Amino acid sequence: MMTQGLTSAVYIAASILFILSLGGLSHQESARRGNLFGMAGMAIAIGATLLAFTPSSYGLVLGVMAVGGAAGSTLAVRVEMTAMPQLVAILHSFVGLAAVLVGFGSLLEPGAHFTAAEKVVHDIEIFLGVLIGAVTFTGSVAAFGKLQGILHSRPLMLSGRHLINLGIGVACIWLGILFVGADSIDAGIWPLLIMTGLAFIFGLHMVLAIGGADMPVVISMLNSYSGWAAAATGFMLANDLLIVTGALVGSSGAILSYIMCRAMNRRFLAVILGGFGGEASAGSGPEIEGEAVAASTEETVQLLTSSKSVVIVPGYGMAVAHAQHPVSELVKALKDRGIETRFAIHPVAGRMPGHMNVLLAEARVPYDIVLEMDEINADFPDTDVVLVIGANDIVNPAAQEVPDSPIAGMPVLEVWKAKTTIVLKRSMATGYAGVDNPLFYRENTRMLFGDAKESISAVLAGL
Amino acid sequence: MIIGIPTEQASNEKRVALSPASIPGAINLGLEVHVESGAGSTAGFSDADYRDQGAVIVDSTDRLYQDSDVIIKVRAPLSGAGGELDEFSLLGSGKTLISLIGPGQNPDLLERLAQQSVTTLAMDAVPRISRAQKLDTLSSMANVAGYRAVVEAANHFGRFFTGQVTAAGKVPPAKVLVIGAGVAGLAAIGAATAMGAVVRAFDTRPEVKEQVESMGAEFLMLDFDEEGSGEGGYAKVMSEAFIAAEMKLFEEQARDVDIIITTALVPGKPAPKLILAGTARLMRAGSVIVDLAAEQGGNCELTHPGEVVSDSGITVIGFTDLPSRMAAQSSQLYGNNVVHLLTDLCPEKDGQLNIDMEDEVIRGLTVVNGHEVTWPPPPPRLFAAPPAAEKPSTPAPVAEAEPKKRSALGSVAGLIVVIALILGMGAVAPKSFMGHFTVFVLAVFVGWQVIWNVTPALHTPLMSVTNAISGIIVIGALLQMGSASGVVTLLAVIALFVASINIFGGFWVTQRMLRMFRKDT
Repeated sequence: MMTQGLTSAVYIAASILFILSLGGLSHQESARRGNLFGMAGMAIAIGATLLAFTPSSYGLVLGVMAVGGAAGSTLAVRVEMTAMPQLVAILHSFVGLAAVLVGFGSLLEPGAHFTAAEKVVHDIEIFLGVLIGAVTFTGSVAAFGKLQGILHSRPLMLSGRHLINLGIGVACIWLGILFVGADSIDAGIWPLLIMTGLAFIFGLHMVLAIGGADMPVVISMLNSYSGWAAAATGFMLANDLLIVTGALVGSSGAILSYIMCRAMNRRFLAVILGGFGGEASAGSGPEIEGEAVAASTEETVQLLTSSKSVVIVPGYGMAVAHAQHPVSELVKALKDRGIETRFAIHPVAGRMPGHMNVLLAEARVPYDIVLEMDEINADFPDTDVVLVIGANDIVNPAAQEVPDSPIAGMPVLEVWKAKTTIVLKRSMATGYAGVDNPLFYRENTRMLFGDAKESISAVLAGL
Repeated sequence: MIIGIPTEQASNEKRVALSPASIPGAINLGLEVHVESGAGSTAGFSDADYRDQGAVIVDSTDRLYQDSDVIIKVRAPLSGAGGELDEFSLLGSGKTLISLIGPGQNPDLLERLAQQSVTTLAMDAVPRISRAQKLDTLSSMANVAGYRAVVEAANHFGRFFTGQVTAAGKVPPAKVLVIGAGVAGLAAIGAATAMGAVVRAFDTRPEVKEQVESMGAEFLMLDFDEEGSGEGGYAKVMSEAFIAAEMKLFEEQARDVDIIITTALVPGKPAPKLILAGTARLMRAGSVIVDLAAEQGGNCELTHPGEVVSDSGITVIGFTDLPSRMAAQSSQLYGNNVVHLLTDLCPEKDGQLNIDMEDEVIRGLTVVNGHEVTWPPPPPRLFAAPPAAEKPSTPAPVAEAEPKKRSALGSVAGLIVVIALILGMGAVAPKSFMGHFTVFVLAVFVGWQVIWNVTPALHTPLMSVTNAISGIIVIGALLQMGSASGVVTLLAVIALFVASINIFGGFWVTQRMLRMFRKDT
């Protein structure tokens, strides 16, 4: 129905819409438009494909898409904003799964004929597509399990885990050679199946070895993988739209991973290989002088009401306690009293990039008072009160002051420079990095122990 | 163990060592608290208040002293020479005393306590290190004194502090000069600014400039190069030339200001005379001087310790008991300091006090241990204001530089490998592949360029939208839907299903998130 040329033209249009979509997402003002561009691109791409390559049954295609779409929409409407990382993780796993299935389909497709060199390239493409897809799939499922709390968020430290990974890598290369060398589908399917199994194990193992606080890196890495999987599928099917889109997504995820790693002053490989601070004992570093001083709700209220400027530093603890709504009300109450109140967001606060921003947006906190680390770090000396809600490592002065600390050199929010810092925390436990936080023992730090939501609600009542 | 709170015997002492609010803190440590009946009455606390918090009220002074293992007081024990009770004989021997002592000024007192084997913890000998701040009664009492100084000044000053423009005429704001920006000085600055006065402050230590300004006062600079910071964060004695310059500044200020509050003290020395009689008399009639150093002889030559005097129309207030004049507040703060000390002494919370002479803070404030006078303690290891506070920031860049170098080298190597790979691929790969490959590489670069500008706040929506877009893999499934093979079609149907979840879920949830982001209206 549509000529090859027309289809290509539509694909170009779709590619441009996708690029505009990502470009639009870079600023608050244009973000919604960006999302609409993305939808439009997707719609015309699917439409053109359906018209150009007539499937055996439109009814089946539309029916399956309707069911899948309904399931996806339901998920999207129901999901709580605190559960956003899980949703994104499970969606990544779908892309991986689809890539695996399409790869197998492409191998089994009876109508395909290739010349010798083309066949080698095509086989490599299938192999890579399935490999990346499989790793994305189980990796995302494992990430979902960890974020949802089904799996333990502690890193899984198998002895010889590097050896296991290496073994799987070598086996995959060997299977790949077998697969490309196979002259019939029946001979080729086994190496591919075994490799898929190994890749599943590899994906699972890789993410299990990474701890909860490294999740922002994992999620963006999986995001990147899902893009590469789509791109590999594009090569396999000789479809430029898939290649372009996959490459866009792949590089975007890679950049996000890089940004997250830089925010933790860690190297990408170190995160992926897991085991942050696992070997170094928690007690390393110099003894911390002093003692933590607990504060009551009343004292917190007093400190807040007598201040002129307040900065709130949220962390994963706020998400866990679902405290974003009381926090938002607190901000409103403080603003009504003429107290300047702002938020400071560390790039790796929470479990996925931008996690805190989404939660605060959900609680209707205006985004122009939500500032990044670089924007606000210089303002702490002029701040009267800093409220740290469920954050630990990202406000740890040891990163700057203790050269042999496991988190040395990690950029942190310099909350200790404020006049008073109030830390809302369940207990004195160390953060994810297992490093004691000297902030808690500073003379101008007060600890408000308890569940973040209850504490904030109590403070709110006190106001 | 039982801790006992007796009534203070000194005639002008209204404070009590523990307020009712501090009692639960002590009881939580496993201690039993006995309070002499009426001990809190001058500070406004009734026996019932104490009883409600779990204290035992004891009627007789003798009984209280007999039963208690630890006596907690505000003022150092009196010998009874002035007709009061002899607190030394009440103390007996073998007990522990926690009180203000003034160990530097009262060697005889220490001698006598050691003779009676009364282990003595001096609340005014707390080392000036960060972790001991919660025990520091000198700071908490100075805070009260600074506030009260302003209240006393206001009481004797015939005008408003704040400037007003009223129907009855214009009132200029009062001008206040605070000399010495320690805890008391800063508290005075805070109170005076809060009442609306124009406040200036002077201190020999230039590093307090920021603190002064943060309290809302103007810091008066002396054009003179000498730093007045001594050991332990206190001021030291200055050179003659400096003092001359200082005196000139005070004379200028005296002509201008309405109220002078002096808080200058050098530890272990009589208070420096800063406001000479001549300087004071330069002030306008009706002006007020409050001398917080009166107990150490006063910063003003006109000061009579403990009294309010008038000299050529200027009121000079030399009260030495300002904290006692706000007994409820002072007792509460003093009590909190004491409870913090008890918490340190009783880490196991088992009701047993353990005087650990290895602990720097405990060592510092223990002035008599059994029969032995342990004053003065060895010099502190850490100062409240280290001379070079800015140092710690330097190691960070050093730690950063090394990986950067390595990664630069790595990226060059990486680039070479990538170029080699592309060339190798070009040599063997079929033409159609290289076409797709070109598209791929270009798309990677476009993505790279576009994503760098994304604001971090939008990382989550960006991720969910790229997620939806990567659902484009649905095209692959669609292409296979027309296959003649049943297996392929089945695989394609499943792929189509999960990819659809992805597309719809991804775009929808992105839209939902983006709708929530809003600007302040």
